Amino acid sequence: MADTPREPYVGRAMKRVEDPRLLQGIATYVDDLRLTGTLHAAFVRSPYAHARITRISTAAAKAAPGVVGVFVASDVNQACGIVPCAADMPNLKNPQHRALADGRVYFVGHAVAVVIARDAYTARDAALLVDVDYEPLPVVTDPEAAIKPGSPLTHPDLGTNVAFEWSMSTGDDAELERLFKSADRVIRQRMVHQRLTPVAIEPRGCVASYHRGEQSLTLWTSTQIPHLVRTLLPGMIGVPENKIRIVTPEVGGGFGSKLNVYIEEALCSHLAMRLHAPVKWIETRRENMSATIHGRDQIGDYEVAVKNDGTLLAIKSRTIADIGSYPQLLTPAVPTLTGLMLTGCYKYKAMRMDVTGVYTNKMSTDAYRGAGRPEATYLIERMADIVANELRMDPIRFRQMNSPTSSDFPFATACGLSYDSGDYHAALAKARRLARWNELLDTRARARKDGKLFGVGVSTYVEICALGPSKAMSAGGWEWGCVRIEFSGKATVITGSTPHGQGQETSFAQIAADRLGLPIEDVVVLHGDTNVSHYGRDTYGSRATVLGGTAIVMCIDKILAKTRTLAAHLLEVKPGDLTFEGGRFSANGKSLGWEDLAPAAYVAKNIPPGFEPGLEASSFFEPENFTFPFGTHIAAVEIDRETGETRIVKYVAVDDCGPQINPLLVAGQVQGGIAHSIGQVLFERTVYDEQGQLITGELMDYPLPRAHDIPEYVLGSTVTPSPSNPMGIKGVGEAGTIGATPTIANAVMDALYPLGVRHLDLPLTPEKIWRAIHLGEDDRGGARIPEADRSAPRYTTADVGEGALEVGNV
Amino acid sequence: MISAPFDYHRPSSLAEALSLLARHGDDARVLAGGHSLVPAMKLRLAEPRVLVDLSRVAELRGISEKDGRIVIGAMTTHAELASSSFLAAKCPLLTETAPQIGDIQVRNKGTIGGSLAHADPAADWPPVALALDAEMEVAGPSGSRMIAAAGFFTDIMQTALRPGEVLRAIRVRPTGPSVAYVKTEQKASGFALCGVAVVVDRAANRVSVAITGIAATPFRASQVERALEGGPLTAERIGEAARVAAAGAQLLSDMHGSADYRAHLAQVNVRRAIVRASART
Amino acid sequence: MSELSRREFLGTTAAGIVGSSAIPAPDVVANQSPPAPVSAPRTAIRLIVNGRERDVEVEDRWTLAEMLRDHLQLTGTKVGCDRGECGACTVLLDGAPIYSCSYLAVWAASRSVETVEGLAAGAQLHPVQQAFIDHDAPQGGFCTSGQLMSAKALLAATPRPTADQARAALTGNLCRCSNYNHYVEAVVAAGASSSIVPESGRGDGQ
Repeated sequence: MADTPREPYVGRAMKRVEDPRLLQGIATYVDDLRLTGTLHAAFVRSPYAHARITRISTAAAKAAPGVVGVFVASDVNQACGIVPCAADMPNLKNPQHRALADGRVYFVGHAVAVVIARDAYTARDAALLVDVDYEPLPVVTDPEAAIKPGSPLTHPDLGTNVAFEWSMSTGDDAELERLFKSADRVIRQRMVHQRLTPVAIEPRGCVASYHRGEQSLTLWTSTQIPHLVRTLLPGMIGVPENKIRIVTPEVGGGFGSKLNVYIEEALCSHLAMRLHAPVKWIETRRENMSATIHGRDQIGDYEVAVKNDGTLLAIKSRTIADIGSYPQLLTPAVPTLTGLMLTGCYKYKAMRMDVTGVYTNKMSTDAYRGAGRPEATYLIERMADIVANELRMDPIRFRQMNSPTSSDFPFATACGLSYDSGDYHAALAKARRLARWNELLDTRARARKDGKLFGVGVSTYVEICALGPSKAMSAGGWEWGCVRIEFSGKATVITGSTPHGQGQETSFAQIAADRLGLPIEDVVVLHGDTNVSHYGRDTYGSRATVLGGTAIVMCIDKILAKTRTLAAHLLEVKPGDLTFEGGRFSANGKSLGWEDLAPAAYVAKNIPPGFEPGLEASSFFEPENFTFPFGTHIAAVEIDRETGETRIVKYVAVDDCGPQINPLLVAGQVQGGIAHSIGQVLFERTVYDEQGQLITGELMDYPLPRAHDIPEYVLGSTVTPSPSNPMGIKGVGEAGTIGATPTIANAVMDALYPLGVRHLDLPLTPEKIWRAIHLGEDDRGGARIPEADRSAPRYTTADVGEGALEVGNV
Repeated sequence: MISAPFDYHRPSSLAEALSLLARHGDDARVLAGGHSLVPAMKLRLAEPRVLVDLSRVAELRGISEKDGRIVIGAMTTHAELASSSFLAAKCPLLTETAPQIGDIQVRNKGTIGGSLAHADPAADWPPVALALDAEMEVAGPSGSRMIAAAGFFTDIMQTALRPGEVLRAIRVRPTGPSVAYVKTEQKASGFALCGVAVVVDRAANRVSVAITGIAATPFRASQVERALEGGPLTAERIGEAARVAAAGAQLLSDMHGSADYRAHLAQVNVRRAIVRASART
Repeated sequence: MSELSRREFLGTTAAGIVGSSAIPAPDVVANQSPPAPVSAPRTAIRLIVNGRERDVEVEDRWTLAEMLRDHLQLTGTKVGCDRGECGACTVLLDGAPIYSCSYLAVWAASRSVETVEGLAAGAQLHPVQQAFIDHDAPQGGFCTSGQLMSAKALLAATPRPTADQARAALTGNLCRCSNYNHYVEAVVAAGASSSIVPESGRGDGQ
């Protein structure tokens, strides 16, 4: 017990308590589990993007020694139900997505049969003995062609490739049209947000075990969402929720790809019940690339109405979202998040977004780090540059004049959201300072004089996090927590969030230790087992610390209130006379600590009247609003004029996620997010050919950022608390990815600006840049920058100050 | 992923290896560093019945000098080549190239002989062998023979090795310091989108240039070499000569690089490599 | 030859060191592989694992990663891609980092293998492990064993590496959480025998 006041843990760069087990190879991931009698599953998957299955012969596989069974659609689909889509999308045409392909396959990697054998080796060998005859069918790969009349159909029984149409607008379309008519200019740009593969280094996998006596199922699965799996799995396999336990052991990265309920989880569960033995499946990397969700994949046509003085008026977007062959858990929700954030951090008067979700013969897209918001920020920040360029304005000045000042918060956006708090201009000013902006422009000027292609890029972003209020979430947007002071006086914190690398075992312990006045070593954080953490909505959308952390604060408040009555009783004073500090309740020179109070509460021989024994509380935190972290990123790049290769020479990120529980963890999240953007901007893309074959089916063909691709970062922050939770925190897991993509892209486009290149779609590969430089080939971006504008300085060294630049309103 | 079963043999002499290969014929494959073959086996893209592992054949390893030639055993790893001070002095193109192959993990196991015999059109050693006018020392059932590098790479992943033969060593002449290997990587795999090996022979006033990654086989850029014959290596002449780097090549084209881009990279990298090599004296 | 990707190269041929007739393209549509034999051939090997002599009867087709994980229960070595691209399976073989997923177990006969489990001496973490903690290197942790082994090999050869040397040494180890700069800082710090925690994240650290 700390008798002298110590510096709070919150706010300190505490080392992670998770690390020692990870660093000694003694952490347990799914593939490390060893259950006696485990059977192993291997899948037979379609090599065709679209085909009729005319025959499946399983006889040879079944006859192989060590094979326990081979199962096809007719054996298991009835028992495994339908893969859930939890996104609210009223007019969604939803094909029945079942465990195994029944009669037809709809994408390369579609599971056709599953082999169960005594060991993984035998299962793999036998899977090759399953003989499937396919009759290829016309393939749909281009989502734009797919919605034209006469296109082949992904799901012929639906009669259309349109999965859904969704629109949102500020409300009054007539006003929108009036703004467009009154605009001095309407600036249009088409942008393609390429498909990406998440590639968690730990592949997916699960082990299911059924206890026949208890009739209960335990599923260990590498997922971000054990609680959602527990909620949804009963609807698939028929085991009641209160007989299902989901355990997420260590999870080696998710990035959204494990925010789903997958067929393999249902199948292993069903087969464990059916075969009376644990069933294990570990995904191969090829399966991971082809049959775990992909991300992004939107094509947008954007129009911005603007006045000549730079005032933004309105924005319109027509977006085609390639959702692949089936809606997975949140597939249709991803483009709706783009819509919600379409106006970014700008004072647009009106917006409209129309989305067409299109089925194609590819793997489903779903939430990948950022999930719809990187698309929004990329388009809005690219448009900001394109519009400023056309108006010959300094892009920074343009951003400042169109964004709200700190006194404008809460800020009502044209998308109908209320941004909680912010000081966008302060973050921008700080980023410029950290970037040594004026020196950077000098460097650029010198480089250009020497004939080099050198560019700087800026992005001011805002993201929507802490998803979210339940009214906006189809499955509840709260978070649950429980805190127990054990008999010994040590604390057990249980969270419904499911960290998988973010470090909440450390940051939640910091929060709890401070509020309870305990040394951090006396606090243990548990998560990821639904028999321990009874309820939760898990980790995605940068929600865990804000919502899960607040639920814990609520629990502690309840415990402190309750303990106060016990302490008052024992010290024979009034509760109001007690002070609580350093883990001790004190009055009149006497004090009691947790080591005194906890046993008293559990032994319960001397407790106040009406006092319930024990010291435990649980809470659901329901937020009133989302949070809206923001920031400014600045990048400088140099392009090899001959080869088109881009080198990032400077990267500055100023992020405001509110008060930081642990700056070390914040830095890690931001760094990782920026790296995902470096990949997206410079080289990553998932490629299917016209026959729907996945060309980027392994890491030999899908490049990921490596150590030498990452520049030194300069990271800074501003702190603007959110009013929507007691700690004022906002969330940071996706900030890097959301802020960095347009920053780097804008820097590359700035480098190419003197050559007249207006816009290139991602990824900005060396070849694409080389073509733009040497062959004059723009992407479908249209016009080149007029000759006369190319020598314009674009950015200026004008001092932007700390505060706002107020510019005339419409 | 698990390979199909196979019979594994680990001969301790070349004679034993050759006799195993003779006995098993087409069923047998030779295993060197395994970085191409083992993954292919696990993906069931290759299912050899018999594997003949050369890792314990001592006579296939090591770097020596014989009759004015440097002899590199086929089973010498990329890492051994990279760290050889003997080679750094006698044939620096080898020590410049070796660290540019794959990752450290690959270099510690992968071998120069495995790479040459695999004849991947984007591998780094083949153009080096070509630029150095290397000779491939081959052992077979009917004795040894030498194959000039120029005749070794016959097609995409095909060589002049006959069934039952084993690449025993690579022989090269020592060179001066005026050499360079300049490579543009295919980002995902680390293989060459375009790699250029250059040897400037000042005494003979001759430049050797070989290119990998842009065609089905690596090749000597003979038009570039001819254009540079005789005169001094000025920036202007090098630049002019480099323009024909890809002339006549049947260019590869895929999502990692179109034929146009590969041809362009060939020009850039040929120029850069010759400039770099000629600056080294 | 056009439109040929590396994937197809592998698909069409997978030659070893020997010239022989080309392997036919895989027929993924109707697989015609012969049935697997009842039992795959095995070899008895003796090797040193983390300083301890072990006798193992390995199936010839096992990789070193499979032997360590499935048969010696050393599950700290992870399999991320199973084809020598991601580096999660990196172990040291006679001190040199290799991809254990692409290395046959039989090759390890009479050799010394070090895995992540062998780094700490009892409760005493290896300096590079401590540096990884101090610099918040791991997030998801799945790639971490491989990063550690690559780092250890670097430090053995280059006791005081520069940041560039650390970056180069870790190039064969993918980290999708992408905490690369923290890994690099940790390796440099371990070399400097310093375990000083940075005051905050990088930058001005508010």
